[in-house]
Amino acid sequence: MAKLKLAIYWSASCGGCDVAILDTNEKILQVAEIADIVFWPIALDFKRHHVEAMPDKDIDICLFNGAVRTSEQEEIAKLLRAKSKTMVAFGSCAHLGGIPGLSNFSNRAQAFERAYVESQSCDNPDKVFPQTMTNVAEGELELPEWWDTVKALNQVVDVEYYIPGCPPTVPIISQLVDALAAGNLPPVGTVFGSDKALCEECPRTKEEKTIDKIYRPHEIIPDPEKCLLEQGIICIGPATRGGCEARCIKANMPCRGCFGPPPGVTDQGAKMVSAIASILGLENEKDLSAEYVESLMNQVKDPAGTFYRFGLPTAMINRKRI
Amino acid sequence: MKKITIDPFTRLEGHGRIDIFLDDEGNVANAYLRIPEFRGFEKFCEGRPVEELPRITTRICGVCPSAHHMASAKAVDAVFHVEPPSAAKKVRELYYSAHMCHSHIAHFYVLAAPDFVLGPTADPAERNLLGLIAKVGLETGMEVIKHRAYAQDIQAVIGGKATHSVCGLPGGVSKAITEDERRDFEEKSKSMVEFSKLSLKIFDDVVLKNKDYVDLVLSDMYTLKSYYMGLVDANNKVNFYEGDVRVVDSEGKEFAKFKPADYLDYIAEHVEPWTYLKFPFLKKIGWKGLVEGKDSGVYRVAPLARLNAADGMATPLAQAEYERMYQTLGGKPVHHTLAMHWARLIELQYAAERLLELCQDPEITDPNVRTIPTATPDDGIGIIEAPRGTLIHHYQTDEHGMVKKVNLIVATGNNNAAMCMSIKKVAQALIQKGKEATEGILNMIEMAYRAYDPCIACATHSLPGQLPLEVVIYNAKGKEVKRLSQYLS
Repeated sequence: MAKLKLAIYWSASCGGCDVAILDTNEKILQVAEIADIVFWPIALDFKRHHVEAMPDKDIDICLFNGAVRTSEQEEIAKLLRAKSKTMVAFGSCAHLGGIPGLSNFSNRAQAFERAYVESQSCDNPDKVFPQTMTNVAEGELELPEWWDTVKALNQVVDVEYYIPGCPPTVPIISQLVDALAAGNLPPVGTVFGSDKALCEECPRTKEEKTIDKIYRPHEIIPDPEKCLLEQGIICIGPATRGGCEARCIKANMPCRGCFGPPPGVTDQGAKMVSAIASILGLENEKDLSAEYVESLMNQVKDPAGTFYRFGLPTAMINRKRI
Repeated sequence: MKKITIDPFTRLEGHGRIDIFLDDEGNVANAYLRIPEFRGFEKFCEGRPVEELPRITTRICGVCPSAHHMASAKAVDAVFHVEPPSAAKKVRELYYSAHMCHSHIAHFYVLAAPDFVLGPTADPAERNLLGLIAKVGLETGMEVIKHRAYAQDIQAVIGGKATHSVCGLPGGVSKAITEDERRDFEEKSKSMVEFSKLSLKIFDDVVLKNKDYVDLVLSDMYTLKSYYMGLVDANNKVNFYEGDVRVVDSEGKEFAKFKPADYLDYIAEHVEPWTYLKFPFLKKIGWKGLVEGKDSGVYRVAPLARLNAADGMATPLAQAEYERMYQTLGGKPVHHTLAMHWARLIELQYAAERLLELCQDPEITDPNVRTIPTATPDDGIGIIEAPRGTLIHHYQTDEHGMVKKVNLIVATGNNNAAMCMSIKKVAQALIQKGKEATEGILNMIEMAYRAYDPCIACATHSLPGQLPLEVVIYNAKGKEVKRLSQYLS
C-alpha cells in the first residue's frame, strides 16, 4: 500500500492536542510507517504557497486542531479542506469550539478593553489597542483580524470525522491510527470515542436517588466511590459522550463535558438541564411552585458557562447578542 | 523603537516572524518579533465560578498547563482566604516539581541542545532531536524519553491528566496520594536525580569543554544587563511553588522583595499599538523603552533570572552546581543570555531532588488534603515560577465567588522587552553592510530568543528542535530583500 499523506494543523489552540499526539509514543512510529507527515507547523515548515500548489485532494487525511476565529484561520481551513480527501476535527476546540468558545459570551471590543485598558496592571491612559495595520518608522506591520465569534471547524468547512477530548486520549488517537492503517474508516460523521454517555462507564456507584442541595466542588469532600451528581456536585457525565476513561472523575473531580454530547443528543446544555431536573426530583412533580423550582435550579452557578464549557459555539444558542 | 509580538497566554498561530529593517548603509535599523494571536482569557473567565478557573486557565497553554493550574489554585485559595492542609501543599509541590522536570527536559534536549551538540550553524535537517540522538547515542536518547514520560506519569496520577490536570481547587487538592503511588513516584524520582546529574555532565562535556561555545556564551551580542526576578523561600533560596518575589538589579543588589499580594505596587504593563503583547516593567523605575541597565524598568525572568535573584538552591546537588556556575562565569549576576541553558539544568537538578524529598516526606500520603473554605470570597493573587518564569494570576469576585475581573501576567510576557532587545542585539552584530545573511545567521538570531524558552517556542511545539520561524529583511525603502526560513528545503 502506498504511504498515506498526513497533514496536522493547529488553529486557535493551546498546543495540548499536539502534545497529545507526541504522548502516543510508540504509536507515532506506527504513524510514520503508514504515513508521510506532509505538514505539521510545530515540526515542519508549513507554507501556505506549498499547499496552494498541491493538486486538490492530494492530502489523504488532515488532522485539524483548534477553533477558528481569525480571517487567516478560516482561509487556511478552507485551503486544507480543498486539498484533503478527509478532514478530521481533532480535539474539543475543532470539534465543539472548546474553551476559547467561551469568548462568545462577549465580543472583541470587550475582550480588548479588558486586556489592554481595564487590566489592573495596565498603564495605558491613552487607551492604545493592537491594530491590524500599524505604521512604524521603518514601514508597515500587520496583524490578523480577531473575530467577535469563535467557530468550530464544521462551521467553516465540511468535516468527515471528529476526535473528541481536551486533550484527546491516547487510546482514541490509536483507534484512528488503527483504522487508517487497516484502511477501514467508519461512516462519515463518526465521532470517535464511546457511543454511550460517560455515566455508563463511570466507575462510581449510583443509587438513583434525588437530592435537593447542590454543592460547588470546593464546598464538599465527596465520597470517591459514589456518583458525584448524587452527592450534589454538578457533573456533566449524563450529557457527555464516554470514551475518556473518566480521567477527571477518577481524580475525584466532576466531568466538564469535553467529549461533547453523546449520540442522539444535539444540545449538551439542554440535556444537562433535564438531567438536573431529574436529580432534583422536578421531573414528575406537577404541584411544585414556580418559586420552589426556581430556588432549586438557582443553586446551579453559571449554568451556561458550565454546561457549554467546551461547546458554546456549537450549541443551539451559540453566542450572546451584544 | 518598536516591535510586535503577542501575549504568551495567546498561542503561536502558524509562524512567528522577526522583521528586520535595514538602514541606507545596510546595517540593522530595527528588528521586530511578531506572533499574530490573542486569546482573550481575561474577558471570558468573567462570570465563571472562581473555583472553575484552575480547570479553565490550563487551556492558556497546553505545553505548560500545570503552571497555570498551580498559579490558579493558589489564586483561588487567596480569593477564599483558605489555607490548604500541609499535605495538600506538599502534594501540589510534588506534582509541580514533576512538571518542572518534564518541561526542562523537553526544552533542553529537544530545543536547545541540538544547537550546542550539533553546532549553531549545522544543517537544519540534522539540527533536531533525531540528530541529537544520533550524536549522543540512542541509549542517552532513550533516557531522555523515559524521564520525560516519568514526569508526565506523576502529573497524570495526581492530576487525572498530565495535560489539563484537574486536581487543584480552593483549599487543597482533589485526592490524596496512596502509599503504592508514593513508592512508584519515589523510584522515578531517584532515577530523575541521576538523570539530572547525567544532563549536567552532558552540558559539561559538550558546551563547557568547547571553547567556541564558551566564547559564544560570553560574547557581547548574547549579553544583556537587566533586573532579575524570581520567587525565593525564607532563606532566599530558589522556590518554584511559593515564597516572596525578589528582584535584584544589574549589579546583583536586592532592589525589592515583596509578597505576591503586593505585585501591583511593583509591576505595571506598557501597551504599544503594534503588538498584542504587553510590556511589563518595574513600576518604581518606569517604562523607559527598550533599553538596558539600571535606569530602565526592564527585568528578566526564567531560570537564569531565578538563580540571579536568589542566594542559592535549597538542595545539596543543585547548590554545588549553582556555585560552580557562578565561579565559572565570574560571579553574580550573570548577564549572558545563553547561560540560561546551564541555569535550566541546575534547576532540573533541584526539581528532581525536591521531588525525591517530597516523595520521602512522611506527611505526603496524609489523607487530609482539603480545607473547606468558609470566608467570603473577594480578591486573590497566586504567583508561582512557571518553567519560563514568574507567573501571576489575579482574580476578583463578587461575594458569591463569581468572577468579576481577571488579570494574567505570564512568564514569557515578563521577558517581552528583553527578548526584543536580545534579538536586535544579535541581528545588529551579525547582519552588517556587505555581509550575506545566511541560514546560520538566522539560527544565531533565533538562539537569542530560544534561550528564554518563550512559550511560543515550547519544546514540544518544535519537535525537531526548530521553531516555525521566518525572518524577513527589508531595505531602507521598505522593499523585501531577503527571506529566510528554518524549513526551506
